[in-house]
Amino acid sequence: MADRHLEPDTPELRARWSGFAWTKENAAKAAEYVARYPEGRQRSAVMPLLDLAQRQVGAETSTQGWLPLPVMEYVAKYLDMPVIRVVEVATFYFMYNLVPVGKFHVQVCGTTPCMLRGSDAIMAACKKRGMAKGHTTEDGLWTLTEVECMGNCASAPMVQINDDNYEDLTPERLDAVLDALAAGKAPKTGTQEPGRHTVEPVGGPTTLKEMVEANHDYRKEW
Amino acid sequence: MPKVTVDGVELEVPAGATVLQACEMAGKEIPRFCYHERLSIAGNCRMCLVEVKPGPPKPQASCALPAAEGQEIRTDSPMVKKAREGVMEFLLINHPLDCPICDQGGECDLQDQSVAYGRGASRYDENKRAVTEKYMGPLIKTVMTRCIHCTRCVRFSEEIAGVDEIGALYRGEQMQITTYLEQAAKHELSANVIDLCPVGALTSRPYAFEARPWELKKTLSIDVSDAVGSNIRLDSRGREVLRILPRINDDVNEEWLSDKARYQVDGLTRRRLDRPWIRGADGKLAAATWEEAFAAVAKVNPGKSVAVVAGDMVDCETMFAAKALAGALGSKLLEGRQTGLDYDCSNLAAVNFNSTIAGIEEADAVLIVGSHVRWEAPLVNTRIRKAVKRGAKVFVVGAEWDATYPVTNLGTDLAVLDKLPKDVADVLKKAARPALILGGAGLGKGALGACLALADKYKLVRDGWNGFNVLHMAAARMGGLMLGYAQKGGIADLVKAKPKLLLSLGADEVDYTKFADSIVVYIGHHGDKGAHAADIILPAAAFSEKPGTYVNTEGRVQFAEKAVFAPGDAREDWTILRALADALSVTVGFDSFDELRAAMIKAAPALGSEGLADYGALPKAEKAKASGTIEAYPIKDFYLTNAIARASETMQRCSAELLHGESFAEAAE
Repeated sequence: MADRHLEPDTPELRARWSGFAWTKENAAKAAEYVARYPEGRQRSAVMPLLDLAQRQVGAETSTQGWLPLPVMEYVAKYLDMPVIRVVEVATFYFMYNLVPVGKFHVQVCGTTPCMLRGSDAIMAACKKRGMAKGHTTEDGLWTLTEVECMGNCASAPMVQINDDNYEDLTPERLDAVLDALAAGKAPKTGTQEPGRHTVEPVGGPTTLKEMVEANHDYRKEW
Repeated sequence: MPKVTVDGVELEVPAGATVLQACEMAGKEIPRFCYHERLSIAGNCRMCLVEVKPGPPKPQASCALPAAEGQEIRTDSPMVKKAREGVMEFLLINHPLDCPICDQGGECDLQDQSVAYGRGASRYDENKRAVTEKYMGPLIKTVMTRCIHCTRCVRFSEEIAGVDEIGALYRGEQMQITTYLEQAAKHELSANVIDLCPVGALTSRPYAFEARPWELKKTLSIDVSDAVGSNIRLDSRGREVLRILPRINDDVNEEWLSDKARYQVDGLTRRRLDRPWIRGADGKLAAATWEEAFAAVAKVNPGKSVAVVAGDMVDCETMFAAKALAGALGSKLLEGRQTGLDYDCSNLAAVNFNSTIAGIEEADAVLIVGSHVRWEAPLVNTRIRKAVKRGAKVFVVGAEWDATYPVTNLGTDLAVLDKLPKDVADVLKKAARPALILGGAGLGKGALGACLALADKYKLVRDGWNGFNVLHMAAARMGGLMLGYAQKGGIADLVKAKPKLLLSLGADEVDYTKFADSIVVYIGHHGDKGAHAADIILPAAAFSEKPGTYVNTEGRVQFAEKAVFAPGDAREDWTILRALADALSVTVGFDSFDELRAAMIKAAPALGSEGLADYGALPKAEKAKASGTIEAYPIKDFYLTNAIARASETMQRCSAELLHGESFAEAAE
């Protein structure tokens, strides 16, 4: 697991982010998130609001976004809750970035199934492109993080880049995806295995074969 | 009432009890770290595992498991033993083996329980986790590497103190306990997390590396920093009290203690008066012997022209001895309300905290008139907070203060008491146990009559409930009032009488410029405001250096014991007053402390038995109108309210750092 830490509270950070406020669209969204919870329970909206704040920071910095302390304070004030409780949530969940990240946050899964299917090679491919674990490249494009299981074991190895997963990777396929992203294109998300749609068995189904063409009633075969 | 079997012994437990409580009722010790009777259940240390049937065939955390009918609980099975050893081994994986340099050593839950329930050795030979130090203010020293993540401190600050400032950041092995941005913990009960911490992660900063618990003599005493009368334990070594810890008394302080009561202890050794002083013709104080000092008092030859003013921290025996001396000289000019309060004391029930400190928890509507409860009595504030958590509504008349619970402020104008807004009146009328708390600021504006009238109007006194409360701030107040330390016109009566001799019993808040013509004899322990104004200083004992009786704001009579001897030539107060009687050639009728106490109990029988004194019924309410506004409260600085606290470096630093925002650079360690 990657070591996480909060971005230090410096005057520069304050100067840059203390003026943070919802944009018009986000203000409407935030109000909607809060309205999902019963009266007096508005603190429950802290997670979607932190995500919203992170996305807004991302939009402002054209990166994936992160959560500077003043922004967490803004969310705390918006929900009328102690800042420490907001920071507890933000530091607990890995999808909240506590330090600035690049335009693309490459999260390589290194848990056992992915490792057995070659995540070490994926990691090496990332490093070959100049990325280093826990760092952002100098051009501000890539941030590399090793993460634990993302639940795509059937199509391992995988990386998550910003909001999308790219699965069934080889170093070449990863390079293709990263090149496309760097070029501003939107590569196909999900599995990169030709002919595979999601996580169905490679090379065709091994069970429920009759169901491929049409609905089939298996009950009489039981 | 479910029946359970604990280790083969069947017993009935109250409904809602947990398995852990059931085991305790059966007399079994269950090791625990995160569980605490007064905090919510977290269930995250796993030390309290027991075997419970029926249930899954694995050990269960007993603190979070409700006891149910027919449960068979085992605390002595091999499974339990193995589970405890396993949990202990996990807890110790990241806990440093630095007991020899840890201040918790000797009173450490982890140490004790690893001896009792752990394996002999660890099988872990990887590197241990290290955690960066956290700053939590001038009172709490942190060594976060020792933290075992029980979250007691987090739960305390959120649930009891009501100030969300400590939290657990990150997760898993990286979890760290900290305050937001490592700011100092800023509330009056912050140091209680030190007692709660089961390991040496949070220890006392002023007491760091001072002593080991087994070296200390423990003396039972009563706190004098406010009128709550918290039960405390004085830990002393040689002639010095090294620390003050709370004792458990559910009627008074539960098991908490305010930071001031706990950390004014270093003030007991600073700025002490350790020899008599006499003001010479040049207006300067010069050191003297006791003989010279008594001769100087005798030379005043006051006759009947004597007055006594008692300070906020004196015990009843001292006040009674002074009363006896004044009486022998023929004077009844006694006053304890130093700042000029002159409320009517003909019926003490009208100036008592009648609901009792524990009882105020039961109130369902509370009207606070002119009292900054959080500063005047932090432990009463936690009780009101509990009441609020149970659904009580709180209204405040007076300037706004941060109460740690939601309140409705009714403005600063006392005239509102005569005609409460309709919604407030409705709440008070509908309440089953309405209460009123009148504080020092309210008394100062003469609101007592109006509050009594209000109590009558809204029937605050009813069957089994007395909701009329006056919250005092001085530990000596109720005792003083019981002994007659109250003139009709307050201290102004003393000024008017122009006494030749003014005996000041550690009175530091009096405006002595009004007694310019009197010879002021200061019998006290600290070189504070009173000593500065005195003509003759007779060094006396602080609360830790004499036995004494104290009466708290609810009229609870409590005895304190003597922990150490007073420094230098200082003597216990009653011996000084007894010797003064000889110097002034009168007899006071006692030659020993026991005789003095017996005489006092004869004069005021309620002082003879521990517990609540009975003051009878409230006086009949008369028509009274309240006027004036409460813009400020008597306490300007929570940490510096008495001579001991003002002499304490710790309290001075708390005041500067926590209230006045000065920053103290951390020395590199």
